[in-house]
Amino acid sequence: MHIRLKIWRQENSQDTGKMQDYALADVNPDMSFLEMLDMLNEQLLGQGQRAIEFDHDCREGICGQCGVMINGRAHGPLKNTTTCQLHMRSFRDGDTIYIEPFRATAFPVKCDLKIDRTAFDRVIQAGGYISVNTGQAPEANSIPVGHPIAEAAFDAAACIGCGACVAVCKNSSAALFTSAKITHLVLLPQGAVEAQERVRHMVDQMDAEGFGHCSNTEACEAECPQQISVLHIARMNWEYNKAQLLKK
Amino acid sequence: MGQWTQKTLTRKNWMAFTGLFLCFFLVIHLLGNLQLLLPDERAHLQFNAYSHLLSGNILIKIISWVLYASIIAHVVYAVIITLTNKRAGDVKYHYDRRGEVSKWYTRNMGLLGTIIFIFLVIHFRDFWYVYKFGSLPLDAQGNKDLYTLVVAVYSETWYVLLYVLCMVALCYHLLHGFFSAARTLGVYHPRYVQWIRVIGWIYSVGICAGFALIPIYVHFLK
Repeated sequence: MHIRLKIWRQENSQDTGKMQDYALADVNPDMSFLEMLDMLNEQLLGQGQRAIEFDHDCREGICGQCGVMINGRAHGPLKNTTTCQLHMRSFRDGDTIYIEPFRATAFPVKCDLKIDRTAFDRVIQAGGYISVNTGQAPEANSIPVGHPIAEAAFDAAACIGCGACVAVCKNSSAALFTSAKITHLVLLPQGAVEAQERVRHMVDQMDAEGFGHCSNTEACEAECPQQISVLHIARMNWEYNKAQLLKK
Repeated sequence: MGQWTQKTLTRKNWMAFTGLFLCFFLVIHLLGNLQLLLPDERAHLQFNAYSHLLSGNILIKIISWVLYASIIAHVVYAVIITLTNKRAGDVKYHYDRRGEVSKWYTRNMGLLGTIIFIFLVIHFRDFWYVYKFGSLPLDAQGNKDLYTLVVAVYSETWYVLLYVLCMVALCYHLLHGFFSAARTLGVYHPRYVQWIRVIGWIYSVGICAGFALIPIYVHFLK
């Protein structure tokens, strides 16, 4: 395959950045998208140019590190797929592929395709945990959890925090990410204890980071690699409204 | 974000409350207006008597003030929310095909809302203002003759076209708005979510088809 690329290049967070054209020959259709970028970087380094920086880690679709806008879609043209699980066979010979970083005011670009997603970390730090005394792991069966509840909590916990929900959202809302963690914990007896403070603190932090409002367009669920349901957002709203009403 | 600024979820709650109140109002408004479809003589007197009844009732007066407040609050919150969202994503993509994964009318509630707002200004000027502050002739029963004004206005082809087009915009706005309001208020149970989808469809199409039918009927048959 021969492909043309238009890639966002930005020296550092202060640089204005611009789209730059590249061409790549002999691309194997069975390469993953990131392997194609590796191949391009090999060429650039060979020519003495700076490599294109992008985030990646496991390359198995489970870590949430990789994530770029490919041809105007978060994680590329496939639904519910991470960038690393996208393969060049999804493109045709001669295609021009646009690659841009995920955009949101809360996700400043650090370099090329690399963005700063620590806003997500701060949302989790605001309440995405349970308070327990440390020590030996307690007996797992001492707190009974029904199977459907455990499954539902796990579905919510599957969020890998890649940021595609924010990138695809017309409002750059982090509602899907925040609500997934809130639902995950509120479903379980260990998390229900601090449910009200958690939802208020996490929503406050989400707003403080500068994410937008949720318009319920449901684009986030369509692009989410873990198919996190938008109903978690409704659950977050429910929990938030309840917490506000019962606040002392 | 300062201590006194409202949270995103709180703002959306106000959008939902005011929107749902407007949804409720539309049902009452449509039911009243369906009297225009009665046979000529009967429609004439009954519609005028109904309008007179509404304008004199204290309960209706209170509801009408809530209605004006809801319209204004819905618009003001829409502007605040839109401006906040703009700040949240101020850098655009060079190549943007995000629209492939969501419906166009869910992304353009502001545009549809603006069309509805312009329609409302025209609608208030032509009927509400004339009825409240204009000098309308009286009918045989001594009520202000709103019916004759309605028939006269709907005899204009361009007005009927504009009206029907605005009802299409309203239909799409309601289609997303009704469902979105339920989400915002926290309906997360999968079964009720399905019901709300179906009710939302029936409601939106029913309301807008009803409102669009009236000017078309009056234009061609009165």
